[in-house]
Amino acid sequence: MKNENNSSTVKLSGVQTKGGSTIIEVRELTRKFGDFTAVDGISFSVGEGEIFGFLGPNGAGKTTTINMLCTLLKPTEGMASVAGIDVSSHPHEVRKNIGLIFQDPSLDDRLTGRENLHFHAMLYNVDRKTYESRSREVLQMVDLTEKADKQVRTYSGGMKRRLEIARGLLHHPKVIFLDEPTIGLDPQTRRHIWNYLLRLREREKITMFMTTHYMEEAENCDRIAIIDHGRIVSLDTPEALKQIVGGDIVTADTSDNTHAGQIIRDKFGLEIRNGQQGQIIIETTDGDKFIPRLIDTLTNYNPSIQVLSINLRRPTLDDVFIKLTGHSIREEEADQAKDSLKRRVRMWNRGR
Amino acid sequence: MYDKFIQNLKGIFTIWYRDVLRYSRDRARIVASLAQPLLFLFIFGSGLSPVMSNLGGGHLDFRQFMFPGILGMTVLFTSIFSAVSIVWDREFGFFKEVMAAPISRAAVALGKVAGGSTIALFQGCIILLLSPILNIQLTLFQIITLVGLMLLLAMVMTSLGILIASRQRSMEGFQMIMNFLLMPMFFLSGAFFPLKNIPLWMEILAKIDPVAYGVDPLRQVVLSKTVPSMVIEMLSNYSIAVNSLVMAGFATAFLIPAILLFGKRD
Repeated sequence: MKNENNSSTVKLSGVQTKGGSTIIEVRELTRKFGDFTAVDGISFSVGEGEIFGFLGPNGAGKTTTINMLCTLLKPTEGMASVAGIDVSSHPHEVRKNIGLIFQDPSLDDRLTGRENLHFHAMLYNVDRKTYESRSREVLQMVDLTEKADKQVRTYSGGMKRRLEIARGLLHHPKVIFLDEPTIGLDPQTRRHIWNYLLRLREREKITMFMTTHYMEEAENCDRIAIIDHGRIVSLDTPEALKQIVGGDIVTADTSDNTHAGQIIRDKFGLEIRNGQQGQIIIETTDGDKFIPRLIDTLTNYNPSIQVLSINLRRPTLDDVFIKLTGHSIREEEADQAKDSLKRRVRMWNRGR
Repeated sequence: MYDKFIQNLKGIFTIWYRDVLRYSRDRARIVASLAQPLLFLFIFGSGLSPVMSNLGGGHLDFRQFMFPGILGMTVLFTSIFSAVSIVWDREFGFFKEVMAAPISRAAVALGKVAGGSTIALFQGCIILLLSPILNIQLTLFQIITLVGLMLLLAMVMTSLGILIASRQRSMEGFQMIMNFLLMPMFFLSGAFFPLKNIPLWMEILAKIDPVAYGVDPLRQVVLSKTVPSMVIEMLSNYSIAVNSLVMAGFATAFLIPAILLFGKRD
């Protein structure tokens, strides 16, 4: 109990949720594709009304987890329940209670926006009266009322996304799952989509479960699970996660980074790591007071080292990710990881 | 229980309606899919017509002989294509939405059979409109029988298409299916030559070709008012009833495993 008030404590059990009652419960959930383990015994729970994010590089197992929660994929081991219903034994009941926004577009582009909504209402058995009022409501919420009778192929990427969000909400789901909701969209559109989502949460008090590999996006979540290689590395609020890094991030570039790094290690007893261009990255408390001491020390011990630049900033989730996993969520690595996952899944499919 | 049944019926209707609505919007697809049968009928058929004048003892033009085969071909390819479209629909589009909806997979498969069959039947009916050009006489009763036969064949082929699509995750394998399954089925169906006096191995293959049981009765009905019945007897293998029963058997044999495999969750 001694760490009770220490917010930097890593909560891996995930038993605690913010606010109301638990709506998603996951225990030791595992999914294998052949001998490749995409999701490796994860456990967490999500409270009603929460925005819960899964942050990690592509290929970390985020989509596989979402697919299991949405009953599109059977878990190999473990259990998961959504709205109190077990996903393995009662997939249909789960489906009625959830809305889905997929990573790849799943609209029929030969149909109009309204027709796409209408088909959704038919598939989810929404009665005509509810459909009429609700479709008006959701179209208005995503600002698509005027475009509703145009064929979807004439829509922009952002409009398609918005229509999918509207569609996912049509049947009054208790939980909405968003798999990389803003992937492939430009930053401005991404911000717009987020405005809609935050507005939605204010109006409907809905629970949102999302996956993302964008740091800024994860900041909007109430709690984040950091996932890497199929495991949850850490789970907490964005603020608490940043506390893991502790204090400030000081980035220094000098004429001899190797030597300078050695001096910092010896004289300050601080751990350092190197940035992409070899800069020295130091985590420390009171960064503003540390900087003058750093410059003094370096010039005292080795006058030949020139300090080229020094930068001080608050830690981001990317720093947290690096701290926890030893690597960054960088696009190029991520794409490779994703490709290798896709290849494995494909091989697994072919092998059957 | 009752609610679930109604919801699944609604699901079947939704899938069917979407297929039909999409088809009606896609004028280019309608025109393109008619091009191949027309080429066969008018270039291939007209070219071979003089050489094949002995067929049916001079009572029958080769194009008239081919016409039921072309009907069968149109139904065969339209059905298979619309069923197999599930494969890419599932990866890149609307089918993801369908697969995640609270309706049973059996309803999805049945809706797809209904949709594909309707479109195939419609395409067949367009080809049927060409019959006056070929001097083929059709009564209303004949037309109704032809519609029934084409629908039955369409159901056999969409079921087969869904069976193929149910476990396929990529379009890479489709060319293989096209070359090793569809083309042989088409050539062995009796569309271009009567399945009489053919080598034994071919006779055996034709016997297990579901399309052959579609083309045979179509030909008997199409030509019944145009050529003497003796000629029809010369060209056909089984009675219309036997052909229909065999097709119904094939439809069931494809549809049941198709539904079972399609319903399996990964």
